[in-house]
Amino acid sequence: MTPADRKYGKSHEWVKIDGDIAIIGISDHAQETLGDITFVDLPTIGQTLEKGGECGVIESVKAASDLYSPISGDITEVNTALEEEPEIINKDPYEGGWILKIKGSKSEELDELLDSESYDKSIQKE
Amino acid sequence: MSVIYKKSVKDRRGVKLPAPDVPAEPAIPESCLRAEDAELCELSELDVVRHFTELSRKNFGVDTGFYPLGSCTMKYNPKILETIANIPAFHDAHPFLPQFSGGSAHVQANLEVLYNLERALSEITGMKEFSLQPLAGAHGELTGMMVIAAYHNDKGNKKTEVLIPDEAHGTNPSSAAIAGYEVKAVPTNMETGMLDLDALRSMIGDQTAAVMLTNPNTLGIFNSEIQELVEIAHEYDAQVYYDGANLNAVLGKFRPGDAGFDVMHVNLHKTFGTPHGGGGPGSGPVGVREHLADFLPISRVVKHKNNDYSLDYGQPKSIGYIAPFYGNYAICLQAYAYIVALGKQGLIDVSENAVLNANYLMNLLKDDFDLPLDRACMHEFVLSAKKQVEHGVRALDIAKALIDEGFHPPTVYFPLIVKEALMIEPVETESRETLDSFAATMKKIARMAEKDPESLLATPSTTSVCRPDEVKAAKDMDFSYKG
Amino acid sequence: MSYIATTDAERQEMLKICGVSSVADLFADIPSDVAPKSFNLPEGKSELDLHCHFRELAGRNKPLTLNFFGGGFYDHFVPAAVDALVSRSEFYTAYTPYQPELSQGTLQAIYEYQTAICRLTNMDVANASLYDGGTALYEACQMAIHATRRNRIVIDGGLNPVYRKMLYSYTANLHINLADCVPVIHGHCDRSYIMDTLDESTAAVVLQNPNFFGVVDDHTDIVEYCHKHGILVIQVIYPIAAALLKTPGEMGVDIAVGEGQSLGLPLSFGGPYLGIMATTKKQVRRMPGRIAGRTVDKKGREAFVLTLQAREQHIRREKATSNICTNEALCALRAQIYLSLLGKNGLKEVAQLCAAKAEYAKQQLNKIKDVEVMRASPTFNEFTVKLPRSAKEVVNAMLAKNVAPGLPLGRFYDDMDEYMLVAVTEKRTKAQIDQLAEALESELCQ
Repeated sequence: MTPADRKYGKSHEWVKIDGDIAIIGISDHAQETLGDITFVDLPTIGQTLEKGGECGVIESVKAASDLYSPISGDITEVNTALEEEPEIINKDPYEGGWILKIKGSKSEELDELLDSESYDKSIQKE
Repeated sequence: MSVIYKKSVKDRRGVKLPAPDVPAEPAIPESCLRAEDAELCELSELDVVRHFTELSRKNFGVDTGFYPLGSCTMKYNPKILETIANIPAFHDAHPFLPQFSGGSAHVQANLEVLYNLERALSEITGMKEFSLQPLAGAHGELTGMMVIAAYHNDKGNKKTEVLIPDEAHGTNPSSAAIAGYEVKAVPTNMETGMLDLDALRSMIGDQTAAVMLTNPNTLGIFNSEIQELVEIAHEYDAQVYYDGANLNAVLGKFRPGDAGFDVMHVNLHKTFGTPHGGGGPGSGPVGVREHLADFLPISRVVKHKNNDYSLDYGQPKSIGYIAPFYGNYAICLQAYAYIVALGKQGLIDVSENAVLNANYLMNLLKDDFDLPLDRACMHEFVLSAKKQVEHGVRALDIAKALIDEGFHPPTVYFPLIVKEALMIEPVETESRETLDSFAATMKKIARMAEKDPESLLATPSTTSVCRPDEVKAAKDMDFSYKG
Repeated sequence: MSYIATTDAERQEMLKICGVSSVADLFADIPSDVAPKSFNLPEGKSELDLHCHFRELAGRNKPLTLNFFGGGFYDHFVPAAVDALVSRSEFYTAYTPYQPELSQGTLQAIYEYQTAICRLTNMDVANASLYDGGTALYEACQMAIHATRRNRIVIDGGLNPVYRKMLYSYTANLHINLADCVPVIHGHCDRSYIMDTLDESTAAVVLQNPNFFGVVDDHTDIVEYCHKHGILVIQVIYPIAAALLKTPGEMGVDIAVGEGQSLGLPLSFGGPYLGIMATTKKQVRRMPGRIAGRTVDKKGREAFVLTLQAREQHIRREKATSNICTNEALCALRAQIYLSLLGKNGLKEVAQLCAAKAEYAKQQLNKIKDVEVMRASPTFNEFTVKLPRSAKEVVNAMLAKNVAPGLPLGRFYDDMDEYMLVAVTEKRTKAQIDQLAEALESELCQ
């Protein structure tokens, strides 16, 4: 089930709002496409992201995928647990597998993203 | 079999060195010496010989069997080439010798080989000048891109982008990026298998430094619209780069220089018969049209009226040194010997038979496997395991099943634009029986995929290992033996 | 010669199956207006003629009687077993080990080679090989630039001038600044000069040990200073010397690179050679090139694979750490066989022999009137001598008599016209060294 409590980007990132913080990760569909994840190159805390800006790389055995921020903001936290156990993203993409948290994003940017229903439809077309 | 370090026995020796014949002792102060000896293995010569002989038996080469690894041109490597490369006069020459007027006399043979190979490559490709310095195909691409950058800088052109078809080898975008350019992928028209010219027109502009093209491309299709493509690029002073990875398909049939290509590289280890070495050494000479000749790497080989050869270092516009010396000399020597051995007709025969073998094999297989481009191919063709995927058998499983049947698998999952791709390049040196037997095996595997897919998923069973855990390898990062 | 098996009769049958009547039909996609304007090559030769042709051609080289050329590329002894084993065609007619089940030989050999390089350098990880020492150095600079997000490289004057020139070529069109430190002839690198040249934009400093003039050094102090300022240290090594000298790992170096030609590869007029690269765990993901890793297979058996491929061009395309694809696998195999044969004690003995013979050569050459051997700093197997006149003239005159006494340094540095760099390996005998001294003396008397 694609959680309905958050928004989705076309390049398969999710954004969940928690107060003034936005949490970002990748969707279950994205982790499945990548396969067994072996490494996550996390961005640096304090870095300012543009909407669509690169904020990390996720590597599996036979693929590498850039992570693009679906919204703008400043990075406040990264999920350091992924350094040791990148496979958390495979097992638990929506909770334990979050990747970064940002602050100061614009609410109108969220409106441009997909809800879970439209996201599910978009991946069925692929 | 265990790693060599496990076999080590303290104080065992493999090589006895002569006793010192000089009275002097090394005079290196303690502070500059290592604390402990490097823990290399301690073995007898026979221990080492057995170890590496056993390792060799766990390898599969062209001499072992059919190796239709698409895009890699795994042709037979004539044994005489090795013999020639080992002639001591070629083999022992110190590369600094020709850099001094008195030293050239000691390497005239070496220089003559380089000069003659450059001339032969020019004749084969129609490019005006060649440099043999690039040490591999990708290194040739980078050198070519550096030449293009130097040309644009010299003219004051402000160029930022390189356009590359989406089916291209990964080295193309990577080489262009490393040369300092932004890379844009041009889509392929999957009806024709060729680059989409309309898309190219919409993407190209004054910012375009170059268009890179492999022809025939990675789908094994010859782009018959190249002249139009070259014209479009030249309108913007974009240089057209010919990736010669697949030159083996068109020897004597097409010369990139005649079609207006500005820069190209040749993979000597693909087209000209030198061994692949388990992943190198290769050689990637770069050829250019006249307007780019001044930018080629330092140094150039010059032939004098008295038939003597020397090196010219006075090229003010050159991109400079891209290799320490004159390229992978031993590879150049072997490629030159291959060209001399085959001669004009021999080279034409290479391409004719490579293309015939590919078309023949494609026709034998096209009923059993999906063929995304059902038309005549050049030296290679791409199948898709689409039909087999319906039974849960992927391209990788077909590859592994072939191993049990004594064949090296084709290239799988490339080009990226074909799903479940099996890229097959049978090369000219393979006989009809080999192709027939490979086709029969592929058909057998296709039937197995329908009837008993499970059995294919368990392959290979005839090798010392089966489907190593690549996730574990990437996570554990065990890159050296710690025992 | 032809290496094609297909007979004319077979060809006809095959064409029929392809649904065409002639081979020319298969080339119908090539437009006639781009047909070759010329393809003027000689006809082929039989194998016998070919062999004679090349033997005759090789005869055009005038042989040398004495050779003391080095400059980073050395004439070392290669045991016969190296050639015998590397000639196994299962190794040399294979390609990149994409299918691990059919390439365990190559993969395990690479893993063992990586291990040997780690043990020789005391670094954490090594890759499967790069093209040569110079391209390895350039790749190391790129790693440092990415790791530090800075764009300036400081080059010590002891770096091989060939590599220095390569760095300038590769960075010409990129936003990378190179800063040179003046070469200190025959001496250690100038600490204060280097430290004054470093600044906040410096990503790395490039040192060489032994340096181009043969001088050995302990760079630990420079490494400590650099690390305090967030600067990485790249050290160019000579793997034979590494058996004896303080290692890059012991000095805290971040990236060690070097030319592996001395490990069982012939000089071969400039290649193929072997680019060695080793680094720390911290930088492993930035390391370019192939890496073999040890894992297990489906049944739990030890197995070797190419790993961390997601960094490479065939997956990452324009975002790859490097564009390298074909590397120097067979050369790395040679090196690993060489290192296995020489072993722990053998390699050290080679290094000791080189150093001892070089010391003897220094003594002998220093006895010659008006010749001064530069002896202020300790050297490994190469050293500089100052001649009473242009070294280029002396060397050219001696080459005409089939003696290569050393490299005239004026070739590389404008202000070193009178200096010559002499290399001595374990292959040079006492008698040859004495002959060199005699030949030089008699040349200088003229």
